[in-house]
Amino acid sequence: MEKSTYYNPADLAKFGNVADWQPEMGRKFFDYYGEVFKEGALSEREKALIALAVAHAVQCPYCIDAYTSDSLQKGADEAQMMEAVHVAVAIKGGAALVHSVQMMNKAKELSM
Amino acid sequence: MKSLHAQHHALADSSYQLTVLSEAEAAGARLPAFAHKLRESGLLPLRPTELAVMQVNVGKMCNQTCRHCHVDAGPDRTEIMTRATMQLCLDALAQTTIPVVDLTGGAPEMNPDFRWFVEQISALGRQIIVRCNLTIIVANPKYYNLPEFFARHGVRVVSSLPHFSAGRTDAQRGEGVFARSIRALRMLNAVGYGVEGSGLLLDLVFNPAGAFLPGSQAGLEREFKQRLLREHEVVFNNLLAITNLPISRFMEYLLESGNYESYMQKLVAAYNPVAAANVMCRSTLSIGWDGQLYDCDFNQQLDLNVAQNAPQHIRSFDAAALQERAIVINQHCYGCTAGAGSSCGGATA
Ligand code: SF4
Ligand code: SF4
Repeated sequence: MEKSTYYNPADLAKFGNVADWQPEMGRKFFDYYGEVFKEGALSEREKALIALAVAHAVQCPYCIDAYTSDSLQKGADEAQMMEAVHVAVAIKGGAALVHSVQMMNKAKELSM
Repeated sequence: MKSLHAQHHALADSSYQLTVLSEAEAAGARLPAFAHKLRESGLLPLRPTELAVMQVNVGKMCNQTCRHCHVDAGPDRTEIMTRATMQLCLDALAQTTIPVVDLTGGAPEMNPDFRWFVEQISALGRQIIVRCNLTIIVANPKYYNLPEFFARHGVRVVSSLPHFSAGRTDAQRGEGVFARSIRALRMLNAVGYGVEGSGLLLDLVFNPAGAFLPGSQAGLEREFKQRLLREHEVVFNNLLAITNLPISRFMEYLLESGNYESYMQKLVAAYNPVAAANVMCRSTLSIGWDGQLYDCDFNQQLDLNVAQNAPQHIRSFDAAALQERAIVINQHCYGCTAGAGSSCGGATA
């Protein structure tokens, strides 16, 4: 069947396969990944929510799926998840907006 | 909400549930037979270890109709254990040194002989666990003194509270259940339950409110403790994280929401041989409301009695003969062996 999109939800489960063509780098990445998400100074739930927010910022559908389910699994509720997304939105929006200072500078430079 | 039984739903029939479970197995090699996995782990046939828990399901009657209920319990269910059958359980208990009796239901407290049964078990000097759904304590004035009654017999209270937010709890257990559960928890705290040094144990059970597995039990426990204390001044001892098994009303939810196949795949992918070695059926005997014997409460709901060569009813209880049996397994057992494992006592691995 022809795919109507570049993204296929079934590919998420094949993430591990990315180590096939470069096992050593792949292993290092997944070891690191596992370490990052362990309970540490931040709780597992807090890390899942950060990941969920970042997934929205980088607009990765795989990560949005994975960290929606992970956040629920780690005990987050809907309000916490939506707040996390708003944090991403605020930063992304803010980051775009703060560049408008550059636009303003340039506009002033070019204007009489 | 009505039970599947009252709705005459196809899934009220346990043989139909078993068909659904086996069809998923046939659907592709992606869902291997549970027996095959156990064989790979060197655990087939699955044998009992030492019998540590007698779990008695005193009936399907309940004041709630939770969406994930594996018992299909509810106010419309009338099956309850009689005092005569309770007496048979006590006789069996007296022949053994089984240290723990775990009372479950439905809402076990709704059985009119419940208090009598607790007193008799207590007189035999065994530890009693009651699977209390919390709201029963505030459902009717005749239950208001349950906390004192539990305390008098040193009962360990184990209660489901799927989430520390009202929304996620009510979605699974019914509108207003969270608020009533908090009131009941405060009443339990007031007599010393969950309070350090009191010796009165109050454990909460986390069930995922949806088609996902529970996260780390320790992490969830910290989270629950902080939130319940900060927002509701409620304390408790341990959080037990339990995986929802794909049977009965949770199976209905999975099928209706289109999550059944992916949930089964999740369970299979998370199969853990360490959890498999520690499944609770190895140390538990489960007794149905009518006195029939099962390997666990889930098998009980699927009408999967203990193996043919073992005693089938509590009246012919024989500890030695039961030790010889092979435990009856099926595809739903993946629920007990996924990830950190799941049992009535929480994670197992
Ligand atoms: S899950 Fe427990 S409280 Fe809910 S309906 Fe079933 S037996 Fe009753
Ligand atoms: S469902 Fe019952 S028989 Fe199967 S592994 Fe779990 S406790 Fe054992």
